Amino acid sequence: MAFDHIEEASRRTFLKVSAAAGGGMLMTFSVPMTAEAATAADSGPNDLTLNAYVKIAPSGKITIMAKNPECGQGIKTMLPMLIAEELDVDWADINIQQSPVDATKYGSQVAGGSFATPTHWVPIRQVGAAGKQMFVTAAAQTWSCPEGECRATLSKVEHMPTGRKLDYGKLAAKACSLPPPDLKTVVLKDAKDYRIIGKWTTGVDNQKLVTGQKLFGIDVVVPGMKYAVYEKCAVFGGKVKSANVDDIKKLKGVTDCFVVEGQSTDLMGLAPGVAIVGDNWWVINKARENLKIEWDEIGKGDQSSEKFAATAKTLAPKTPANSIRKDGDSAAALKGAAKTVEAYYSYPFLSHANLEPQNCTAHFKDGKMEMWAPSQNPQPGKTLVAKTLGMPEADVTVHLTRMGGGFGRRLMNEYMVEAAWISRVVKAPVKLVWNRADDMAHDPYRPGGFHAFKGGVDAKGNLVALEDHFISYGEGDKYLSAANMTNGEFPARFVKDLTFGSTNMPGGMPTGPMRAPTSNAMSFVFQSFLDEMAHAGGRDPLEFRLEILNRPMIPNPPPPARPGGAPGGGGPGFGGPGFVPERMIGVLQLVAEKSDWKNRDKLPKGRGKGIASYFSHQGYFAEVVDASVDKEGQITVHKVWVVGDVGGQIINPSGAENQVQGSAIDGISQALYGEITFDKGRTVQSNFHDYPLLRMNEAPETEVHFLLSKNSPTGLGEPALPPVIPALCNAIFQATGKRIRSLPIKPEMLTA
Amino acid sequence: MAFKIKVNGKTRTADVDPDMPLLWVLRDELDVKGPKFGCGAGLCGACTVHLDGKAVRSCQTPISAVGAKSVTTIEGLAAVSPAGRKLQAAWIAVDVPQCGYCQAGQIMQAADLLAAKPKPTDADINSAMKGNICRCATYTRIRHAIKVAAGLATA
Ligand code: FES
Ligand code: FES
Repeated sequence: MAFDHIEEASRRTFLKVSAAAGGGMLMTFSVPMTAEAATAADSGPNDLTLNAYVKIAPSGKITIMAKNPECGQGIKTMLPMLIAEELDVDWADINIQQSPVDATKYGSQVAGGSFATPTHWVPIRQVGAAGKQMFVTAAAQTWSCPEGECRATLSKVEHMPTGRKLDYGKLAAKACSLPPPDLKTVVLKDAKDYRIIGKWTTGVDNQKLVTGQKLFGIDVVVPGMKYAVYEKCAVFGGKVKSANVDDIKKLKGVTDCFVVEGQSTDLMGLAPGVAIVGDNWWVINKARENLKIEWDEIGKGDQSSEKFAATAKTLAPKTPANSIRKDGDSAAALKGAAKTVEAYYSYPFLSHANLEPQNCTAHFKDGKMEMWAPSQNPQPGKTLVAKTLGMPEADVTVHLTRMGGGFGRRLMNEYMVEAAWISRVVKAPVKLVWNRADDMAHDPYRPGGFHAFKGGVDAKGNLVALEDHFISYGEGDKYLSAANMTNGEFPARFVKDLTFGSTNMPGGMPTGPMRAPTSNAMSFVFQSFLDEMAHAGGRDPLEFRLEILNRPMIPNPPPPARPGGAPGGGGPGFGGPGFVPERMIGVLQLVAEKSDWKNRDKLPKGRGKGIASYFSHQGYFAEVVDASVDKEGQITVHKVWVVGDVGGQIINPSGAENQVQGSAIDGISQALYGEITFDKGRTVQSNFHDYPLLRMNEAPETEVHFLLSKNSPTGLGEPALPPVIPALCNAIFQATGKRIRSLPIKPEMLTA
Repeated sequence: MAFKIKVNGKTRTADVDPDMPLLWVLRDELDVKGPKFGCGAGLCGACTVHLDGKAVRSCQTPISAVGAKSVTTIEGLAAVSPAGRKLQAAWIAVDVPQCGYCQAGQIMQAADLLAAKPKPTDADINSAMKGNICRCATYTRIRHAIKVAAGLATA
């Protein structure tokens, strides 16, 4: 997403001010929410739809309706901070509510793609500043004085010559009769006057979280509610031939059991399966042990990770079926190179593994559907429900709940349509809860992939040629969701002779975006192979990268059509649109300084430091990992240094640091453990014993720095993750001389 | 079968299968939603509660094994545990939660740790907390908040 789109978002912001029901002032406004909304050529009706509000009550209490779903990224705290700052009110007076899902009122509500920060930064502050200006005007009119004699701070307007003061709450009735100022003309605060932005601000739900209040989708209770489980075919999209539903219905605690025909084509829609309904979730989940289902595996029962890997190996030496990028003549440049390296990389499928298993509560009554959904992307969920159940979208209401983790998993909404369908069949409110095995077996996985690289360096050890044949999943030139690769993957645009091509294998599994989609895999392969090339050229890996970044940039070919899949998919690759090499140079140099990179050779034997950097979601990150490997191949990650450039202002330093620390440790967890495999068409892993996540005793120390540049702030939910994985692998090479070309890193790779 | 159990100081009854794990008695029968379902297999710690002050995985504790022991969940922790209150305050000040789903279990486990070791070392924290997964990987802050609650660090 380029910055002119963000400015475009600002241009289209629309503010309306009116009297609030029950007194006070109501400011409603619209902000285009996503890249899609901001870049849509035909602006559609949503553009002028008012999608958020601030209410100032006569008592001075302020309510802000938070419209974006909260999955742990801190948006519910950050957006109100922006309004409160410019409105100039006390943070302690603010009460934040979660809005219901209603596209006609709130526009697009998405948590994904790290878009929230860049799209809201200017418009949300303008709305706050407009409100403040209206209070100043209202006070000046009350006192019959020039506005220039008044100033507003902390919910009060002061008449400077006399020291008289009026509260916002008292001024609200008058202010809301005034015309709102043109947003383009309002004056925003100077950064040095910020009281809230840039201050350590703790999460607005913390008190509720640490006392166990009901916030999550799984905690929803509706009077008369039943519980449901839904058994789907382990082979994705398989159909039910027969099931012993009558036996199940006889079991104690089961109130209903039935087959749902569903469909096999959209794996993120209503897939075929068997529903069991009852009064206690554990009882019906246990009843599944007695289910006897005969499945039609729709011809996909022989797929396996082993076969995919074998096919990829045979495809790798062949000419790629699709061209992704071609600059100059890489074949000739390789021939002329002083030294060449060939390497074959691979990475596995991953599960999002949200700690809160997928769930949804639905209540079908009198032809209308009311739902409570922990969804990152509820609007398409609502559309899916309406379409599948054949009802008008206006008859589906969705309430948002807090989510026990998102990471892109909850951009998909198949649990919503399952709950809705079951509720309509049993004519009662139903809470559907998946068990952990369901969650692991039916994830829109981060796709695995394979890369056959060839690279060449000249006599000085500088990179002069690069070829990548990417073996991915899809049909022809259509990739499965998030299984694509952009044409801007670094060092594209900096190497004159470079070729990227791909060949797809058909894959029958569901895939989708996961935190820093595509980047989380591309960073590993490209930043590891660059390290190999640096060593082949006898160069310091940092200096090798800086030399490349200092070259003139080759213009990008016109961008390919946006990859399919949900919002949040396919962030622009490192070197993609908007990439500014100086910013990457800046973070690389700072991380080298903070991590004492130049003295890394002094580490004891078996211990090493590795460096990597990556640009995604408009964020520039460079990271250094310090790790050691023992005789058994066991890895200890001692420390991670992270330097990020996400613009000139960190809005909430607490939330920012938390996101970055979490991203770095999440990446290390993926590198050490993350692996989903398929056998006989099914997912092999089922719980945290065979899909481990990193734990407290393995979590490294993290040191986070932000390099403040003169740029608008951009998002932090994703870009800190990609570089940590190759930084770890490069550290392991430094420690052991063993190159990690396949994830996850297994001890046996390091002992042989 | 009818069971009487003491939950957060109150006697509650549940007519359930003796094998039903305490987690589901609490969540679905008694509407105590603080203990969370993460794995159902003793692998994640999201369901951690106290039985007579000791941390247990409620998904692995059948109701029939509870007997006369007092069950304390995150909802009732502050009332009975001074360490628990300090932990809750530290969790807010350090701003530990991201999604927050694991945090009730983390605090229950940490309260058990501080009851046994009021001044825990890093090694104590590792061994006490390694059964509790945080998918959002807030480990750095969990560690820090435990130290703040123990008076070993400032927020
Ligand atoms: S739900 Fe009990 S340990 Fe995971
Ligand atoms: S805060 Fe999300 S799982 Fe711990």
